[in-house]
Amino acid sequence: MVQFPRWQRGLVLGICVLGLLLTIPNFVSKQTLEQSPSWLPSQQINLGLDLQGGAHLLYEVKVQVAIDEDLDALVDAVRSQLRGARIGYQGLGTDGPAVVLTLRDPAEEEAARDILRGLDTRAVLSAEDGGRLRMELPEAALRERRQSVVEQAVEIIRRRIDEFGLRESTVIRQGDDRVLVQIPGFDDPSLLGLGETAKMTFHLLHPGAAQGVPGQPVPAGYELMQGYDGDQPEGAPEVWYVVRKRVEVSGDRLVDASTTFDQGQPVVTFRFDTVGGKRFGDTTAEHVGERLAIVLDGKVISAPVIRSPILGGNGIISGSFTVQSADKLAIQLRAGALPAPLVVLEERTVGPSLGQDSIEAGELACAIGFLGVIVFMALAYGLFGLMANISLIVNLFLIMGTLSLFQATLTLPGIAGIVLTIGMAVDANVLIFERIREEVRNGRTPISAIDAGYRRAIGTIMDANITTLIASLLLFGLGSGPIKGFAITLSIGIATSMFTAIMVTRFLVVVWLRWRRPQTLPI
Amino acid sequence: MKPLVLFRPDSKFDFVGRRRGFFMLSALLMVLSIGAYIDHGLNYGIDFKGGIVIEVKTDGPANMAGLRNEISGLGLGEVTLQEFGSPDDVMIRIEAQEGGEGANDTAIQAVRGALGDSVEYRRVESVGPKVGDELKQAGTYAVISALVAILLYIWFRFEWQFGVGAIVALAHDVIATIGVFSVLSMEFTLATVAAVLTIAGYSINDTVVVFDRVRENMRKYKKLPLLELLNRSVNETLSRTVVTSLTTLLALSALYVFGGQIIRDFSFAMIWGVLVGTYSSIFVAAPTLIYLRVRENVFGNEDDDKNAAEGSATP
Repeated sequence: MVQFPRWQRGLVLGICVLGLLLTIPNFVSKQTLEQSPSWLPSQQINLGLDLQGGAHLLYEVKVQVAIDEDLDALVDAVRSQLRGARIGYQGLGTDGPAVVLTLRDPAEEEAARDILRGLDTRAVLSAEDGGRLRMELPEAALRERRQSVVEQAVEIIRRRIDEFGLRESTVIRQGDDRVLVQIPGFDDPSLLGLGETAKMTFHLLHPGAAQGVPGQPVPAGYELMQGYDGDQPEGAPEVWYVVRKRVEVSGDRLVDASTTFDQGQPVVTFRFDTVGGKRFGDTTAEHVGERLAIVLDGKVISAPVIRSPILGGNGIISGSFTVQSADKLAIQLRAGALPAPLVVLEERTVGPSLGQDSIEAGELACAIGFLGVIVFMALAYGLFGLMANISLIVNLFLIMGTLSLFQATLTLPGIAGIVLTIGMAVDANVLIFERIREEVRNGRTPISAIDAGYRRAIGTIMDANITTLIASLLLFGLGSGPIKGFAITLSIGIATSMFTAIMVTRFLVVVWLRWRRPQTLPI
Repeated sequence: MKPLVLFRPDSKFDFVGRRRGFFMLSALLMVLSIGAYIDHGLNYGIDFKGGIVIEVKTDGPANMAGLRNEISGLGLGEVTLQEFGSPDDVMIRIEAQEGGEGANDTAIQAVRGALGDSVEYRRVESVGPKVGDELKQAGTYAVISALVAILLYIWFRFEWQFGVGAIVALAHDVIATIGVFSVLSMEFTLATVAAVLTIAGYSINDTVVVFDRVRENMRKYKKLPLLELLNRSVNETLSRTVVTSLTTLLALSALYVFGGQIIRDFSFAMIWGVLVGTYSSIFVAAPTLIYLRVRENVFGNEDDDKNAAEGSATP
């Protein structure tokens, strides 16, 4: 133990220098880093959202909604095809992942089956008791659909965030139907409307009675829809429109949308693609004088009167917008509608001032804890305590260096982990020093006491640290970001502190032994 | 510089002989902890229970009554407001909203709408029922698997009697740490679970050091009565146990005082856990060994000849 082969000295010094080098980029500005030679380390520690401020949002994609919509569309298609072929049926509807119907005339079953088969080739057809036909979507098809809905959702959220110019953000899929969004430096996610479907459709209002009252019957083919009142002053009366169910033009035909001002009011202008522009032109040409409803997620945001045909494929939505809500809508229209609604399962946002306060508090706690431990160690073990303190400083560099190397994320609990490590890191040295003291008391010479002290303490150090390491590694299983940060710094800290206590302090002790050749140990 | 010696090397406290008193104290601690848990359980934070926490900073000292009025008018169920660290910092807690996932989001919008830009939003956290359940499950699994893994390690490295002693000490510390949260009705969050796990590691660490010494002394002094041997081992490691606890407590106190309000509860849990863990490794773990006839099957198959020779070489 008091032997220190040349290669070991080199290794210890090498690792210490490497730790220092890896730490340096954190004290240097990003600009300087870009200018420094490429062989120098340039990775910085990432600050977690709780330190730099930002939003963490976990969404669930309501995939079932998309599947139900698919089935409803299938029901519509079945209805129109069967009618077209003059095949009588009753009880058409959905039942789980299937469309069901009963034929009036069982003799027409073959013809009906042909039609159904043509609508969706993946569907499985079966006849049930009582002549009921069942057209079921197989599990594989449903799974594929769910998959693609979630992927689309991820893609569209990513586009929306990009459109807002929040480029540092991450959008990742989690599990089967979840999307995790992390936006650094942004703390009011409600402004983004990320979870809103933003499905826009254009309908006609009933030519006679454009407005209705909830609870009262509406003509066939029409439905009641609430007017969008999000930005209306509180207490404004609710407005309900009688909207024709048929979609004249759908929002997925939009190719562009942006915010402009019309008589000082923010409005959203949009442009259709060729097909959409033509349909829009036809509709407006045929229904001059009637009212057109612009429906967003089931609410009428605007219902202007068609004064003249709109043939250029361009249009204006002048709802009661604020600049923010107009921008939001324009971005949503550009990025596209979500295939299914999203709900927030978990939200954690931290404002920039709190993040800064946390950093400052963490640094202060680190510094004071460090100082306290250093003074205590020097008092308790004298010269050896000073050597342990040098190790402790090296240890801090190694922790920072390792965090930088892996570009790990430092969170507030992560800082707590570092502070805790500072307190616990000296344990290995304490074990060794106490052991050396005992050996000296037993009458050993300095060299033999130090040798025995190290040899006997190492087994204990291993046992003691491995148990803590097990606990901290299992903390990773706790999932949530900040706590993971704690587990990371604690695990790294345990590993580096074992290295510094056993190798670095011993190195210093051995150098000192060779240099002073002491007759007694100041311990 | 003359080093400071905390405990004289020949300290001979009779820890094991007085074990009944300490066991009584520990028993009391356990009864209090478990009793409080049975009586009113834990005050789960939103991580586990679901709900909303909003921390706002006001311009000048907060007008609590005014804020409370604004928010309670929104009909969001149980709402509590509390000063958080400083008079212009307010923590608003809103119970989990009915109406499934997404209802919390609506409630946050309502609060933002009601308070508007009159306050600065420092932190908004909302956990829905689904994630709350998942975190509860993940937390339970993490604690259980950590305990099992630690015990497997102990079982692998030590004889079974030590394993049992370590379990007793570990359970003691974990129960006492969770117990203090129940007794004081402090908020039990994900961070608390992290603290409990760390305490578990620390507690075992402390116990292992004492047990290592017991095992070593058993090989060295084969004739020594068990009670004296255990006392000797605890005394020999006492200085280390206390020094390490002190440095850890120094660091944790710095965290508690200067680390900010958000991790104050976490720091408190850790400080309490280190205190209990230190106590248990001195007064509970080693004395437990006396009941487990640790002596009988420890010897025989080990290479204790070498160790014994070495032991007798040091007078």
